[in-house]
Amino acid sequence: MKKDILICGVGGQGTVLASKIIAASAMDEGYTAHSAETIGMAQRGGPVTSHVRIGGSAYSPLIPIGGADLLIAFEPSEAVRNLKYIKKDGFVVVNRVPVKPTSLGGGADYDGKAEIEFLKSVCDCLVVDSDEMCAPFGSSKFFNVAVLGAASGTGRLGIKAETIQNSIIKIVPDRFKEKNLAAFDAGKKIGEKNAD
Amino acid sequence: MSKKYVMGNGAIALGALSAGVNLVSGYPGTPSSEIIETVSKYPHNGTYIEWSVNEKAAMEVASAAAYCGARAMVTMKQVGLNVASDPLMSLAYVGVKGGMVVVSADDPGPISSQTEQDTRRFAEFCRIPVFDPSSPEEAFDMVQEAFEYSEKYKTPVILRPTTRVDHAYASIEAPDSFSAKEYEGFVKDSKKWVIFPRLSFANHAMIEKRNVEIGEDFSSSRFNSFTGSSKKAVIATGVSYAYAREFLKDYPDIRLIKVGTPHPLPESFMLKALEGVDEVLCFEELSPYIEENVLKLAGKHHLNIKVRGKLTDDVPSSGENDSDSAKRIISGFLGFDIAENSVSLDDAPQPPARPPVLCAGCPHRASFYAVKRAMKGRKAYFCGDIGCYTLGNAMPLDMVDTCLCMGAGITMAQGFNHMDSDAVAISFTGDSTFFASGMTGVVNAVYNAVDMIVCVLDNSTTAMTGHQPHPGTGRNMMSAPVEKISIEKILLAAGVKKVITVDPLDLDASIAAVRECAEIKGVKAIIFKSPCVAIVKPDKKMKVDSEKCIGCMRCIKELGCPALSVSDGKAVIDENLCTGCGLCAKLCPVGAIGGC
Repeated sequence: MKKDILICGVGGQGTVLASKIIAASAMDEGYTAHSAETIGMAQRGGPVTSHVRIGGSAYSPLIPIGGADLLIAFEPSEAVRNLKYIKKDGFVVVNRVPVKPTSLGGGADYDGKAEIEFLKSVCDCLVVDSDEMCAPFGSSKFFNVAVLGAASGTGRLGIKAETIQNSIIKIVPDRFKEKNLAAFDAGKKIGEKNAD
Repeated sequence: MSKKYVMGNGAIALGALSAGVNLVSGYPGTPSSEIIETVSKYPHNGTYIEWSVNEKAAMEVASAAAYCGARAMVTMKQVGLNVASDPLMSLAYVGVKGGMVVVSADDPGPISSQTEQDTRRFAEFCRIPVFDPSSPEEAFDMVQEAFEYSEKYKTPVILRPTTRVDHAYASIEAPDSFSAKEYEGFVKDSKKWVIFPRLSFANHAMIEKRNVEIGEDFSSSRFNSFTGSSKKAVIATGVSYAYAREFLKDYPDIRLIKVGTPHPLPESFMLKALEGVDEVLCFEELSPYIEENVLKLAGKHHLNIKVRGKLTDDVPSSGENDSDSAKRIISGFLGFDIAENSVSLDDAPQPPARPPVLCAGCPHRASFYAVKRAMKGRKAYFCGDIGCYTLGNAMPLDMVDTCLCMGAGITMAQGFNHMDSDAVAISFTGDSTFFASGMTGVVNAVYNAVDMIVCVLDNSTTAMTGHQPHPGTGRNMMSAPVEKISIEKILLAAGVKKVITVDPLDLDASIAAVRECAEIKGVKAIIFKSPCVAIVKPDKKMKVDSEKCIGCMRCIKELGCPALSVSDGKAVIDENLCTGCGLCAKLCPVGAIGGC
């Protein structure tokens, strides 16, 4: 198997954790994995991306433009910002809940709706709502794992759901395990309805 | 042995531990900081690790270890090498006994740095060898080999990773626990270890002769290689090689030359790799280092090769390369027509700008705001420094007029005071930066009778680079706790007239402190002390009473806190971001904001 997966969002949304879970799961299934993240100054409220490259002969740490099989976006405008990375026949899993830019950065009217409409018009995508998915456990903190669950449910990660659940158990601190696994399952159910 | 999924920086750490490193020192700086943190994470026996007060100290501590015959590694970012260049330059002449590897991480882009300097130039300038890894796996191998070369040629050796190698993850097969190497100990010999003009003269000649040998040695190194046999060739170095290979993997005939040891230049290898080539593209980041060396080589050996790269505008002179630029630039050079395979973005809505900002509840925001309020209507110069608080330059705070390099805030404020004594000269320096290179600036100010206010933004950590301890935190990398070094006592000992320590979240007291200091002649200091919000758990949140809010937006317009936004003409607070610092509540004119 060869898969290039780009995960994107805003600093603090947990893209690094999501990429670690995917990479660890791929390795558990015997594939080679490489990943690369944005770290440093840009982390503070800026756009962040994680490039995860599974199997095959990935030499570069960064996915080439038009090279990603799957884009997992935690935020609508960040999905648009990184859409250039997706292959023409690639797939997008996007969270519709927007993160407004800082109060003075302009874009006070930004609500993510135009971005979702645009994504739907140009590519194959699954739109999820992190607030709805996470409502049953009273905190939207674990939404990144819920969105990851949705991606897994579509079958497009190319990794078994159980492998990912095991990685969550290994990587996430004990006290958050249960909620993360519940969030993953909530997302997975939605993803399964949209499996290809 | 087991496979470990680690960052490039982790691979460097594992490589050093595998080489039996005895001492590791360094100063935090993106993208190098995780190296020391990873060294400390794995079980090791006999390896001493420290965060030094700055890069110069780190280099000197490591040098002595290498004089003892021990293996030493020192880590920093590229601008840190500027600070450490004084000891390194002399060390290059004196040489070492035990292996010494200097890791200086470059930052093409730049992504989180002041400059796009190229450490390969530094190696050439110091006349010492440099390894340039193209992947975390290679960094793991190179650091071990760098120790071998260092001992073989008795010279410090540089490992120069770049951000995309430091921060890329890969799996590395390495032992699970490590033991430091046995070493002989220091053997006194003042003719060898004490630098004098005569020694430098003799060693300079030796070094130039030796470098020719190293270049020959490097010519058979596994880190230099080429594939393909075309007359048009591509030379790539560091991570740019990974991008080039990614694109050229479908074109095995194209000659792709990789140079992993740029200095001393592996001349025999280069001549062999360039045999039959009539045009070459040098695909590298930062400076045209290889390109200039190929030009030199072509001149020296009368090679009829057209050399292209940064000097011919084929490769951009600034910024980082990536897979996309590799594809565009190399296919252009080879005359390939490559079809695009990406989605059309012609009708895409413009994503909102997301500039980096101070975190919600960051105490630096409160410090800047207090100084701003206190100085309203007065002429003042605000000299910033390196750290999270450089972000105090953004609107609406707009409180950083200058930022040059580590420690420069305190000393530049002095220059402004000499040129314009009517204005209030104020510097902002973080706690880690204060210890790194702010202290000497304070002494300079007192000695030269300057009028200024030194503001120390003390959040009890090195926040920007990932919360490393420093001399004021009471923790180090080997034992905890250690004696905390008091910033206040240092300031008083240096002769600072007035030192006030205040909680920046107490707005009234903070404004009063600034006003008081502005009325006193000489050097004054205010220590704004409040912990970084990323390491303390908030105990409350603030909430806007929308009945009371009059929509004046004063909180939003004056603070620029990312937790504050507008909804239906009223201010709202994002409870996921709010840390309950309460600054917004203090400036709300109608008392609409309260804790909950």
